[in-house]
Amino acid sequence: MLELIVISTLNGVLFGMLLFLLSSGLTIIFSMLGVLNFAHASFYMLGAFFGFQLTRWIGFWPALIIAPLLVGAIGMAVERYGLRNTHKHGHVAELLLTFGLAYIIEEIVQLIWGKGPMDYRVPAALDFPAFTVFSTNYPAYKMFMLLISVAIFIALLVVLKRTRIGLIVQAALTHPHMVGHLGHNVGQVFMLVFGVGTALAAIAGVIAGPALVTQSDMAMLLGPILFVVVVVGGLGSLSGAFIASLLIGLVQTFAVSMNGSLASLFGPLDPSIGPSLLTDVWNVTIAQVAPIIPYLLLVLILIVRPMGLMGTRET
Amino acid sequence: MSEPVTAPAPRTTRADALRFYGLWIAGAALLLVLPLVFSSGGSLTTFSLIGISIIFALSYNILLGQTGLLSFGHAVYYGIGGFLAIHGMNAIAGHEWPIPLPFVPLIGGMAGLIFAIILGWVSTERAGTVFAMISLGVGELVASSALILRSFFGGEAGVTTNRTDLPAFFGLTFGPQIQIYYLIAAWVLISTIAMYALTRTPLGRVCNAVRDNPERVQFIGYNPHVVRYIAFCFAGFFAGIAGALAAINFEIANSAYLGLVQSGVVLFATFIGGVAYFFGPILGAIFVTYLQLGLTDLTAVWQLYFGIIFIGMVMFAPGGLAGLIMMHRPLARGGTLHMLLPAYLIAAVPTLALAGGVILIIETVSRYVVHADASTMVNLFGIPFDTSQPVTWVIAVVLTVGGFFVARMTWRGIAAAWDRAATAARDKGHLA
Repeated sequence: MLELIVISTLNGVLFGMLLFLLSSGLTIIFSMLGVLNFAHASFYMLGAFFGFQLTRWIGFWPALIIAPLLVGAIGMAVERYGLRNTHKHGHVAELLLTFGLAYIIEEIVQLIWGKGPMDYRVPAALDFPAFTVFSTNYPAYKMFMLLISVAIFIALLVVLKRTRIGLIVQAALTHPHMVGHLGHNVGQVFMLVFGVGTALAAIAGVIAGPALVTQSDMAMLLGPILFVVVVVGGLGSLSGAFIASLLIGLVQTFAVSMNGSLASLFGPLDPSIGPSLLTDVWNVTIAQVAPIIPYLLLVLILIVRPMGLMGTRET
Repeated sequence: MSEPVTAPAPRTTRADALRFYGLWIAGAALLLVLPLVFSSGGSLTTFSLIGISIIFALSYNILLGQTGLLSFGHAVYYGIGGFLAIHGMNAIAGHEWPIPLPFVPLIGGMAGLIFAIILGWVSTERAGTVFAMISLGVGELVASSALILRSFFGGEAGVTTNRTDLPAFFGLTFGPQIQIYYLIAAWVLISTIAMYALTRTPLGRVCNAVRDNPERVQFIGYNPHVVRYIAFCFAGFFAGIAGALAAINFEIANSAYLGLVQSGVVLFATFIGGVAYFFGPILGAIFVTYLQLGLTDLTAVWQLYFGIIFIGMVMFAPGGLAGLIMMHRPLARGGTLHMLLPAYLIAAVPTLALAGGVILIIETVSRYVVHADASTMVNLFGIPFDTSQPVTWVIAVVLTVGGFFVARMTWRGIAAAWDRAATAARDKGHLA
């Protein structure tokens, strides 16, 4: 039992940090541009596929640098030539643009790489067990993922809290118009922020690719969870996104490793009832419910605290 | 200020009324005659699908166009309507209740309505991005639950029924597709009239007000949340009818009915058609359904074209097809539409070259990567291209890049011609 808790906590924190890499970019982009980037998970997927392809050509370590730069450049182009031109048509049009973009990116990835999973392997230098807890070998690559995401988390914190550009970004989180009035080139800041946000997503993709499955549906699978994180944490709140990321990472990881059901708790139902909705609910295990837990959490949060855990401003 | 200031009621002359009712009667006549003109089984199936899609898209536009609510989970109510219709049909057949098939869509509609009543209050608390995210979350929640609650949703396989087991309706068994077509056509007509009437009620007007300025609506004394909630319930009801018709048409309902893909398709159809006009979603439903059926035969990557058309619409024509058509109305009334024709014709050449180039690139890449073993020949508008030849690649790139730059110049020509035509129309007293 203790073994399960330790391993699940590690995995949960890891998944949570990955989620935060994505949700932090999403939150900053949302706060500044007022647009929830529907295609954010698609940039994560692009990162994974670029990482896979570049790893083949030039190796994992250069790919770790180049793939995010490429994706960041694509992100900046999307902001400059797509979102900025759509802005005059309102937020709904912008949201729809990113929705269409998510759709197109998935189709293009399928067009180039096909629908099957990629053979994206952990680099040989990191392919060894880091330590052993209760007879379970914990892979070094996962520790590496954790390290990278924590490092980026700290770097993000330092940039936001200690630098001038961070100051502008922070100001734009709460008072986007004032920043413009103060004479900053808001357009350029927007483009930069969008680029950095998508590049962060791409880093998450490159390092998560070998550990999770690199496949053309990975954006579809992660995207909705990402929005749950952002809404649960409170739209526009970075600290909220951090807490919600860890929360959902831990909850999901623990849920999939548990086999309990109402039947195992209270004993099986009378078999004479036959198959019905009740028996479905009675026999389903927590592991089977795991995929819907984030959405249940979302609905619950919206009923209890509509602005999210740490949200302050109405949207 | 003794008299309340009211806008003068629009005077309806007999000619206006005649035109109005004539339009509806013409629509009904068209629905009646269509299968007589195109009587093949394939076109009947197509018409049936388009009809279902029209109701679904119109119901979606109650949210997006009329109330300003962007939903990513509208398929939930469509799917629930479908599932309840299937279970209802099985129950009717099993208990031999005297309920004929034409009334089954009401079961679906009620199911959609009840679910909208349950889920709507939380969903419509706020508009905008928050609503979009909640609708997405609720959609995912229901779609994932469908795979867990197997006894009701039938798991991966779905649940099936046999529509001919129901009692006959004036001798109609609803076995043949032609009878199903007329059933769907009747419901399309009823639903369309009902939804149009809804837009003319005070409720419909308040919905528009909530879309445009919720704060002001609050000051007048309406609660925007309640207005959004009622609109949401109506949308759920009509989506349920569409879902039930789909279930009757296919005699099966599975979890794909509820999913994000289905929600995306209805969003595409509605937006491409145009949300600002009532007939927009009808155009969009026809266009998108036809495209879906037509493109799947032609190319393996039809969804990519679909996405490109959608993005193009969002960026360049946010009014959709209906918006594009209605833009020309003042010019047509002013009689200056012909001034645009030369600019359009000039722009058509490079724009088509650009489109052809993009298509050629996509098809070439698709043959090159996905279907490496398939034939390398692409037949584009009757011209064969060999995708393994570098010359094809060069042609594709030249068409795309060259087409883009030339097209951009000709688009400016359109803008200039538009200005001239609009000015001329305005001089003649027609607002443009």
